[in-house]
Amino acid sequence: MSHSTDYIGKPTNRVDGPAKVAGTAKYAAEFNVPNLLYGYVVSSPIAKGKITKIDAAPVLALPGVQQVFSHENVPSLAWLDRSYKDDVAPGGSPFRPLHDAEIKFSQQPVALVVADTFELARYAASILHIEYEEEAHETELVKHIDEAYEPGRGKTGYKPPKSRGNFGKGWKQGVAHMEAQYSHHAQHHNPMEMFASTVEWLGDKKLNIYDKTQGAFNSQQYVMKVFGLSKDQARVVSKYTGGGFGSGLRPQYQLFLAVLASLELQRSVRVSLTRQQMFSFGHRPETLQHVALATAEDGSLTGINHFAVAETSQFEDFTENVVGWSGTLYDCKNVSLGYRLSKLDVYTPLDMRAPGAASGSIALEIAMDEMAYAAGLDPLEFRIRNYSDFDQAQDLPYSSKALRKCYAEGAAKFGWDRRTATPGSMRDGKLLVGWGMGGGIWDASKQPAVAKASLDADGHLTVSSGTNDIGTGTYTIMTQIAAQSMGLPLDAVTFVLGDTELPEAPVQGGSWTAASIGNSVVEACTKLGEALLKQAQKMDHPAFKDAKIDDVEFANGQLRLRADATQAVVLRDLVQASGEPKMEAENSTTLAKLELLKPPTHSMHAHNAVFVEVKVDPELMTVHVTRVVNAVAAGRILNPKTARSQVMGSVVWGISSALMEESVMDHRFGRYMNHNYAEYHVPVNADIHDIDVIFVSEEDDKVNPLGVKGIGEVGLLGVAAAVTNAIYHATGQRVRDLPVTIDKLL
Amino acid sequence: MNTFTFSQATGVAAAVQDNAAHDGAAYLGGGTNLIDLMKENVARPTHLIGLKKLGLDAIENLPDGGLRLGALATNADTAYHPEVEKRYPLLNQAILAGASPQLRNMATDGGNLMQRTRCYYFYDLATPCNKREPGSGCSAIGGYTRVHAILGASEHCIATHPSDMCVALAALDTTVRVSGPNGERTIKFEDFHRLPGDQPERDNTLEPGELITGLDLPAKGFEKNFSYLKLRDRTSYAFALVSVAAALELDGNTIKDARLALGGVAHKPWRDKEAEALLIGQPATADTFRAAAAKVLTGAKGQGTNNFKIELAKRAIVRALKQATEMNQALDANAFQNSNP
Repeated sequence: MSHSTDYIGKPTNRVDGPAKVAGTAKYAAEFNVPNLLYGYVVSSPIAKGKITKIDAAPVLALPGVQQVFSHENVPSLAWLDRSYKDDVAPGGSPFRPLHDAEIKFSQQPVALVVADTFELARYAASILHIEYEEEAHETELVKHIDEAYEPGRGKTGYKPPKSRGNFGKGWKQGVAHMEAQYSHHAQHHNPMEMFASTVEWLGDKKLNIYDKTQGAFNSQQYVMKVFGLSKDQARVVSKYTGGGFGSGLRPQYQLFLAVLASLELQRSVRVSLTRQQMFSFGHRPETLQHVALATAEDGSLTGINHFAVAETSQFEDFTENVVGWSGTLYDCKNVSLGYRLSKLDVYTPLDMRAPGAASGSIALEIAMDEMAYAAGLDPLEFRIRNYSDFDQAQDLPYSSKALRKCYAEGAAKFGWDRRTATPGSMRDGKLLVGWGMGGGIWDASKQPAVAKASLDADGHLTVSSGTNDIGTGTYTIMTQIAAQSMGLPLDAVTFVLGDTELPEAPVQGGSWTAASIGNSVVEACTKLGEALLKQAQKMDHPAFKDAKIDDVEFANGQLRLRADATQAVVLRDLVQASGEPKMEAENSTTLAKLELLKPPTHSMHAHNAVFVEVKVDPELMTVHVTRVVNAVAAGRILNPKTARSQVMGSVVWGISSALMEESVMDHRFGRYMNHNYAEYHVPVNADIHDIDVIFVSEEDDKVNPLGVKGIGEVGLLGVAAAVTNAIYHATGQRVRDLPVTIDKLL
Repeated sequence: MNTFTFSQATGVAAAVQDNAAHDGAAYLGGGTNLIDLMKENVARPTHLIGLKKLGLDAIENLPDGGLRLGALATNADTAYHPEVEKRYPLLNQAILAGASPQLRNMATDGGNLMQRTRCYYFYDLATPCNKREPGSGCSAIGGYTRVHAILGASEHCIATHPSDMCVALAALDTTVRVSGPNGERTIKFEDFHRLPGDQPERDNTLEPGELITGLDLPAKGFEKNFSYLKLRDRTSYAFALVSVAAALELDGNTIKDARLALGGVAHKPWRDKEAEALLIGQPATADTFRAAAAKVLTGAKGQGTNNFKIELAKRAIVRALKQATEMNQALDANAFQNSNP
């Protein structure tokens, strides 16, 4: 029976939309607590060397300057590396701000000037005289391939890629072959909101920390361990996040600096970074990749070889799954995979939307296009012939996999059957038309998380969990789930997040939030429902006397019998009768934690297929992406409206990666030179034309009770490759170094 | 940002006087570039003279048939002024190819001439720059030179002037009106901006304290055959890799008069009169255009990562001249290139 409160799967406006539009949604740098001091970060101009002198006296002499923090006056803090390791830290020694005189990367924070106003702090920082002894730095990955090594399993969740079969044999068996090198450059997340922390000093080392983060608990743990604070002393609040894309998965150095200054000065302190400083920490690492493929007569893959080298810092081994997907996405017995790191004088890279997969899918999906041409097959037909019905990498069946539907529905919507194969064979007037495709695969995972459901005497339901909403729609989908679970209208439900006083939740990343928090909300609501039924039974309501939880339902603000909807009791009456101001229930994470320890029984993944049209001016070689169809199989879609927005954002990012986006480093300085929004190019509206998002139906009762797989990352996969493949189809030019800027086509 | 004092000027003479009275003073128009430079510590004026109360924002017809743009008219008001749209559509196109609507609403016409280069190294205090700090060296040479010069550069500086509007103003033979401590004078547009030579810190030929009061466009606006073609890394809000202002006066298929200026390639809007001479009297054909393009790029020198701009500039010149010739048919291709101003 359907109810008016069945919100799951219905396009639903963002519940936090009005607050954001009206400006009442407050971000980390917007909490204007009384007597606030302002810190301004001084960044290193050199990439490697030592600080030999800091002349703070003239700065300290300025009226209103409170302190200049540097390695010279930072108090003794936690000593062990593990105190600085956050939930998402890779193996190695985490960077410690202001720890010693050593410079490890360009734009390293070397001092924090704290003053009564932001303007004064900024001015004081500009006249702070620091001398350096420069040493030769190494930042060019291509020069250090030979030193690349296989990283360990230091980062939670990272597994080294596994080869299978015998690639050499598969290569020899093939009748058609391709082999090529691919590369793309570093990218910085650049969320709209700059990193900031406002630390409110409440006395006696008790802090309220408003932090820009994707994980309030992660920030809290870090602060507790580094500064030796208790949970009570370090409350972290992060109600709104102006974009993350992975940049907020690790606590960033402004948090350390703001807490340090607050504790030392016993005052409230805010530290916010500038746009330029947003290029001073984690980034998507540059990779150099090699792919070789071979096919038999019938177009089936006989061998896949995918090898990648990525950059990391001198102090941590940042690992991500770049090549592993190549062992899963297509059916092939002989797969050889390799992944290595090379240490450079840069900051440690950081997970960035579809980490690893975004990079690996560029190489794999361009290679698949090259192989299709070499084998004389249509790129879509080629992929269908190599469809994987069983996960050979994990040796497990898929919990569900509707990629065939993505191919079929995407191709139909795009009109792929009208494509002529020969490069340069399609035209629109004088413009060259190119059609290309690609696709990808991403983990459908779930983490233990706690949610609490609380019904008050007015019948208002508050559900809470200390997760984050980085703009993806967490507030909205959790409100939908809770409202449907308890049979309440959306406006009778409030979802609360982003606070370490709330039940514990993991960082928001990996596309796991919808599944992790969503299922926890269902469980918490179920437990609340059981409590409400008990209360009804306590009240001697005859209809519910022998009712089990499965005999009742929650609808129209009532608890009622499924068999006889007239037998009902209003929820708020139950709360009022309980004698308590509210009735509450929390889910338990015991089972979820146990599940993580058990070997998986199924391979659980989301998939997509992307079809792209480009138009290229044959003389000027300007490229416009005129149409994109992205068909996504990600289980149950909780809110098609916010989900569509996420996938559209992914498509825009894919176009960006294909055509313009890169952090350009001048290796002579070891420094990213386009460190601002004017020169770090991402698409503007005029670059974006038609984007069609399709969610193919995919039911999955094994992945988790809600049947959701998460869509934060999967939409990005294959987009950049599809654009590049379309450019090849239009021009006959195969560019393997992204982004495909105009100079590479002239 | 350094500390500075601020005064709101009430008249041109007072502004000039105020400037003379302060060492390190600067005029403030729309502030779309100067404030950025101050925040980045690239510019450190000690005294700002606000110009907003000067008036000087009128756009008026001149007795000789030309048009005067007040120095404080905004870029947006100028682009959409009926006389500009009708008589100087090249200028309209060039202005709308630059910046963003928000910036064009603030930026003034005089300020557009005064904007400084977008060289990455000029903006970053961590890298030496002769323009920012004379004698410190040029970091761009041998570095990342995507927005750098291929024409007229020196061993001291390879920066480019970033304006789109100025490329059209150069093509249209604009006259710059200035007021200074020694009274008023006019400067031919081609003489306003300068090549870097051994003084890259000087962008233009203004004397200390001189203030731009207006821009005079001559009567001839080339409103029938023109094109502003801008090639860049994204469709809007990016500086030109190469831009071309082309304007033709045609008699049948014969070119009676021609103007050709380039942006994004030199320290100043690059007007090439010898190339124009190659066009005049010739049939408006691809061969003619190619010859002119070859002439413009004679002596062009790439800096490594911007070598491609030489070929790109040639193709852009040919395309712009073609679009100017085939105005009716050109609309399509132009819409594609500059689909969103």
